[in-house]
Amino acid sequence: MTTDVVKPKPGLSVAVLLAGLSIGFFVVVALATGETAQLSGQGVTGLLQRMVALGLVAIGQTFVILVGSIDLSVAALISAVAVLASHIMQGDAAMMLPAVLLCLGLCIAVGFVNGALVAYGGINPLIATLGTGLVIQGVLAASFGALQGSVAREFQVVAYGGVLGVPYSLLLLASLSIAAGLVLDRTLFGARIYAVGGNPDGARLAGIRTERVILFAHMVASLFAGAAGLYLAARLQSGTPWIGRDGIYDLESIAVTVIGGTILAGGKGGVAGTLAGVLLFASLDAGFNMLGIDAFLKQVLRGAIVIAAVAVHAVRARGHVA
Amino acid sequence: MTTVPQTSLSLRRPERLALNAGLVIFVALYAAIAFLQPNYLELGLFMNFLRRAAPLVILACGQLYVILTGGFDLSMGAVATLVVLAASILINGDPDTTWAVIGALYAMGIAVGLVNGLVVTFLKVPSIITTLGTMLLVNGLALAWSGGAARGDLPDNFRNLGRLVWRDVPVIGTLPLAAVVLAGFVALVWFGLNGTVYGKRALAVGDNPRAAELAGTPVAATRILAFVVSAVSAVTAGILIGGFSGVSVNAGEGLELQAIAACVIGGAQLLGGRGSIWSAVFGALSLFALFTLLNLLGLPQALRDSIQGLILIAAVGASTWRIRRRT
Repeated sequence: MTTDVVKPKPGLSVAVLLAGLSIGFFVVVALATGETAQLSGQGVTGLLQRMVALGLVAIGQTFVILVGSIDLSVAALISAVAVLASHIMQGDAAMMLPAVLLCLGLCIAVGFVNGALVAYGGINPLIATLGTGLVIQGVLAASFGALQGSVAREFQVVAYGGVLGVPYSLLLLASLSIAAGLVLDRTLFGARIYAVGGNPDGARLAGIRTERVILFAHMVASLFAGAAGLYLAARLQSGTPWIGRDGIYDLESIAVTVIGGTILAGGKGGVAGTLAGVLLFASLDAGFNMLGIDAFLKQVLRGAIVIAAVAVHAVRARGHVA
Repeated sequence: MTTVPQTSLSLRRPERLALNAGLVIFVALYAAIAFLQPNYLELGLFMNFLRRAAPLVILACGQLYVILTGGFDLSMGAVATLVVLAASILINGDPDTTWAVIGALYAMGIAVGLVNGLVVTFLKVPSIITTLGTMLLVNGLALAWSGGAARGDLPDNFRNLGRLVWRDVPVIGTLPLAAVVLAGFVALVWFGLNGTVYGKRALAVGDNPRAAELAGTPVAATRILAFVVSAVSAVTAGILIGGFSGVSVNAGEGLELQAIAACVIGGAQLLGGRGSIWSAVFGALSLFALFTLLNLLGLPQALRDSIQGLILIAAVGASTWRIRRRT
């Protein structure tokens, strides 16, 4: 096609560049403000722990965006899972397993509905998942008075425990990222995801049941959102019906995925870029805190950075985007 | 721009269908309201309904311009919040400055619209990400400026734009100023789409930007103008909201999604190429009638969200099904 620079794997270079920038920013700010404690093992662990919740949601979001869909219901689902987990456990360690299983069951059901509406109903994914998100949020807020409780003390180990100084939450994020990366890169399901996102008609003609792939991608996204919800419940001890919405996990997970080089039209991108995007957000957050920037200005900078970060690689695209 | 006297038949047909979808839903919902509260059939209460629905209808009209060209504008709610907060800080109770400040508010809005349009067309950032960025940015600016709390004061001549109601008007009885603003705004945006060549260009760009470009359509200008119209409508809605419900830091929260939902309920197609101004108007009126109806039924606020979600999915599902059956 064109003869410009040789790009062995464009997704990976974006990831490496972003991660380098984020780490550079973090180190420079830490040195400039004299907060060198942030550069110790503990400080870095703290930085990485900021990635867990958004990272989990964003990996799931990457799957749906890769098939050319999108999921706006994740924020509501996170809240639902956090509230449901704390309600079922009521501080009782014996109820941990049933609670987790029930939450994951809920996620599969929500993912199934989302996927069915998008793939079989032909409904625009933005509207379909906005709708299911509203339904979940409404039911949750209406019934929250009856759904109170807190997670078991033993369950909080997920957020606060660790081995050899490495928190379990980080291990969870790392292992799920690697698993997601392997699924996308090395399995038939992963190949089908890229095929369906890249060219749905071509994929169908090649004998792929595109609807089923989209359905599964949505279930994966919901499960990852559920994992984030469980982690948040463990960290906060009890869920509230607004933790997902207050964290803007829906829009932020889309933003970091796109910043990481996954294109909204589908078919291109991957987990590595997404994680680099999450790292960027985490180090910006940590850096702004060290610099003592106030919350509102932080939001302004975040908005500008989202645009700039996507513009950096989008600007080279030929043709039109909407 | 030159005026286009004649619309081709092929373009007219989907427009008429879109009109029917939105209007039918609105009439059905309003009938349900009237069944529960018969006095809603009085002209006075209908005018009051229009007054309260005016900001959403205006927002939906602006959003429709962007949707027609194939994009989204998520920054509308933040612009409306900025307008409300900025107006009260800048005017600070002094009625003499009102009109100058309103001019300044429109300038701010146009600036946001231009930024959105330029970033989408020249930096090629998808509009959903661009306007998410400006949403965060504008919201942050508004809150940083006001210090995170409502301050300042809005004088009566500003607030009247949203809440003044003329009584003893011949024939119709009462006439809210907001309804006049609404009618004027809808007439303007209707003329923009149907009286000028812009409407055809917007549909062409939304349907297939590459083909539109090859046919000589100024794609970039068409897109940028759509974002400016959207921002201007957000400013107009913000002014009405400020007058109607006063100053608050979350005045515009969630309005962008309601505006998108309104357009879609009215039959506009996301990602462009289909829809008319009546999709936005009747979609927004339907959505607002739905809110009113759920309110009358005494449902808890939270469950209204759920029902809104179900209606949204059902409306889009129905229109998808209609399109599928036709093709």
